[in-house]
Amino acid sequence: MGERPALNTTILLFLLQDGITNGAIYALLGLALVLVFAVTRVILIPQGEFITFGALTYASLSAGQMPGTIKLAVAMGVVAFAFDLFTFRRALQAKRVLRSVAVNIVFPLAIWGIMLALAGKPSSIPVNIALSLLIVAAIGLYLYRIAYQPIAHTSVLVLLIASVGCHLALQGFGLVFFGAEGQRGPAISTDAITIGALRFTGQSIAVYGITIALIVGLWLFFGYTLYGKALRATAVNRLGARLVGIRTTLSGQLAFLLASVIGAISGILIVPITTLYYDTGFLIGLKGFVAAIIGGLVSYPLTAAAAILVGCVEAFSSFYASNYKEVIVFTLILPVLLLRSLAAPEVEEEKD
Amino acid sequence: MTSRLLPIFAFAVVMAVIPFIPGIPPFWIVLLDNIGLASLVAMGLVLLTGVGGLTSFGQAAFCGFGAYTTAVLSTAYGVSPWLTLPLSLLVAGFAAVLLGLLTMRLSGHYLPLGTIAWGISLYYLFGKLEFLGRNDGISGIPPLSIGAWKMLDPGTIYFPIWIAVIIAALLSMNLLDSRTGRAIRALRRGHVAAEAFGVQTARAKLLVFIYAAVLAGLSGWLYAHFQRAANPTPFGPHLGIEYLFIAVVGGAGYVWGGVLGAAVVIILKEALQSYLPALLGGSGQLEAIVFGILLVALLQLAPTGMWPWLTSLLPARESRRRPAPADALPGRAESAPTDGVLLQVEKARKQFGGVVAVNDVSFEVKSREIVALIGPNGAGKSTTFNLITGVLPATAGQVTVRGESVSGAPPQKVVKLGVARTFQHVKLVPDMTVLENVALGAHLRGSSGAIASMLRLDRADEAKLLAEAARQIERVGLGDQMNQLAGSLSLGQQRIVEIARALCVDPMLLLLDEPAAGLRHMEKQQLAALLRQLREGGMSVLLVEHDMGFVMNLADRIVVLDFGTKIAEGTPAQIKTNPDVIKAYLGAAA
Repeated sequence: MGERPALNTTILLFLLQDGITNGAIYALLGLALVLVFAVTRVILIPQGEFITFGALTYASLSAGQMPGTIKLAVAMGVVAFAFDLFTFRRALQAKRVLRSVAVNIVFPLAIWGIMLALAGKPSSIPVNIALSLLIVAAIGLYLYRIAYQPIAHTSVLVLLIASVGCHLALQGFGLVFFGAEGQRGPAISTDAITIGALRFTGQSIAVYGITIALIVGLWLFFGYTLYGKALRATAVNRLGARLVGIRTTLSGQLAFLLASVIGAISGILIVPITTLYYDTGFLIGLKGFVAAIIGGLVSYPLTAAAAILVGCVEAFSSFYASNYKEVIVFTLILPVLLLRSLAAPEVEEEKD
Repeated sequence: MTSRLLPIFAFAVVMAVIPFIPGIPPFWIVLLDNIGLASLVAMGLVLLTGVGGLTSFGQAAFCGFGAYTTAVLSTAYGVSPWLTLPLSLLVAGFAAVLLGLLTMRLSGHYLPLGTIAWGISLYYLFGKLEFLGRNDGISGIPPLSIGAWKMLDPGTIYFPIWIAVIIAALLSMNLLDSRTGRAIRALRRGHVAAEAFGVQTARAKLLVFIYAAVLAGLSGWLYAHFQRAANPTPFGPHLGIEYLFIAVVGGAGYVWGGVLGAAVVIILKEALQSYLPALLGGSGQLEAIVFGILLVALLQLAPTGMWPWLTSLLPARESRRRPAPADALPGRAESAPTDGVLLQVEKARKQFGGVVAVNDVSFEVKSREIVALIGPNGAGKSTTFNLITGVLPATAGQVTVRGESVSGAPPQKVVKLGVARTFQHVKLVPDMTVLENVALGAHLRGSSGAIASMLRLDRADEAKLLAEAARQIERVGLGDQMNQLAGSLSLGQQRIVEIARALCVDPMLLLLDEPAAGLRHMEKQQLAALLRQLREGGMSVLLVEHDMGFVMNLADRIVVLDFGTKIAEGTPAQIKTNPDVIKAYLGAAA
């Protein structure tokens, strides 16, 4: 290890910039985690796999390869369709079955068809991004249908253990599809501007822009649209929401759809900046968690702010004590939990 | 006694014979060693998660504390492995105290998330610290030895591992079947009911957390001397997840479920690792995929795990009969002041934000008196109960019990003063028997701690508690249901069980929140007779009830609340004709 340079303004700004860029990604993930938890009470550990799948699908497509994730999407669609049929078995109405066929069978096959049609031709970045997002969105949707919807009424704990199972399985698939070697993807924009000592790449500006756009979008969605309000109602009281005509399974699917797309976007945003491995997503996702927990799993703005903090702590600890970077970031959660426990004593949960 | 120990003894004999079966492959013994090591951790998780309702994904880190403690001490300082055993357990337990104090007060999902975070953090820390050998770890750990006999091969370390498993299982079962065990088992259903009977819930949570960590530390200590090396990999977050998986597969609510889960998961993992690549080709984490899918499928198909399914195949054992008679528990030392004031509520006020739920309410309950608190729905009756029993802190005002102020006191202190209560929404542990639920009421009248319970030194104390519980159950007329699970009773009967539990406190003042709801006419008459009999015995009763016939025939005095404010107080005859009361119940026109 070489002598560490003294901290000067340039390095300080550079670390801050690095921290904010990473923090923006964690903010996106934290927001998705809060969203899913608020609506379904699922603590979404497999969020990390959405990141990896999004990033590596995009990287594979850009390299002219056919990613294995599309096969997974098709297979999961078939299983989800089987689950639907089993649920409908007492009343097989044509409309419901057709809808299920469209969502679970036709949709992933259509994506596959497009991919096969485009194979061999020079690929364009927007098309690759769109395809990656669609694939991961499909996986997220079916994941909810298969793993969570049958146990949606159970405790947070059971849902959490199910999450861990999903994480293990999806990460295993990640290794099968993408191998143990890391990949990088092409940048969305190769332009850069320089302000003073700092150089802002187009990629980092895209990160900021998309994060802010998504935060504002989520805020508008939850505050001002009927669907957003329906999601919030489901979060507060499932039974009550059902009684006023909200389809709670639809709310869950919607939340997972949003979360998987957000995860995939985050992945696509970072894969040009750092090399991603099949298991990197887990760690990145967990850092989003640290932010979400600081935000108490309920507050979007607090989560976003906490995510920036996590990113900066990470950047500065990699400068001062790079060996202990992960230790510091994950230990950050303990004082936060302590503060929470001192500030808000446990409230009784009515169980079952 | 023997019927309890016989299956364990048989199991111990079978396990002792296995290594001597001629021609048994050495590989199987290694597998059994690993099963034993995982069983220890899983057993801790059974108590923590399945019984206590606290989830930890970080148990592998506690194994790490145990393993690294002995690794460092026995290699760098040459300390004998037997001497490092208590130190390993101590370090794991101490780490649990620190982490537990940080996170135990948090509800529900924060704890598991916190455990994931520290699991990862400690895993990286193990891999970075110089004196722990960084990622390479520590090798050359001496084997366990007795005299000149060194336990070098898997066949000899097999014995300490399985002796530890069987001892741990015995201790765990003893602990669960005791006063402390009942307190731990009550945790999963929330803390309000347990605290109302004097259980220090935070302490009980910390206790079971430390117990689980110590078992994990023991597993780590054995692991270090089995592998004779320690590195961060087996103490990482994925192993922490796997231990929880083991507990869930086996049946998280059952001590032997931990052992069964360990056997199933480890054998399955071994089989998958050897056959999957051959079957499907390719390499890598194929078993992780199968594992993950199995875990999700298991939660959907058999959320309680394999152990209860297995035991349900066995013929049902006859349930225990009434506990043997034992010496009566000593009664309350202080006697009620004759004709004195037992409970005084002065200008009690509770605001939730802008809503005034209880508005400067004052009343008192004298000894040997039945007072009814009535009022329309939402009048603040249950909130008043919660203010008296310390479940909610009052915004303003005073509550005194026998002259002692209990404003701001925790529920545990209020019950010590002789105030016992029931709940409007029944708070029993449904998978505990009626007897066990009622015995929780006598928690403060016993004194045996966790260690005494594990070593069965608590039997005299325990017999008294159970005899008292049985006496109270028979007093309320549920003697035939004593050994049924509380959850299998009708709602009305469950309310009566709550009364028996409250009576176990040996209270001076009984607070009953809608005791007659869900009872049939005859049962209501029996309840009224019981309450009168309690009054003759010197007890006072404060009850909330909507059945006016019941209240008017029973109460000596009635306090009427409406929208949080006291609007009347008097004898039943006065209340029946009070115009304000009639207006509150029937509207202005009446």
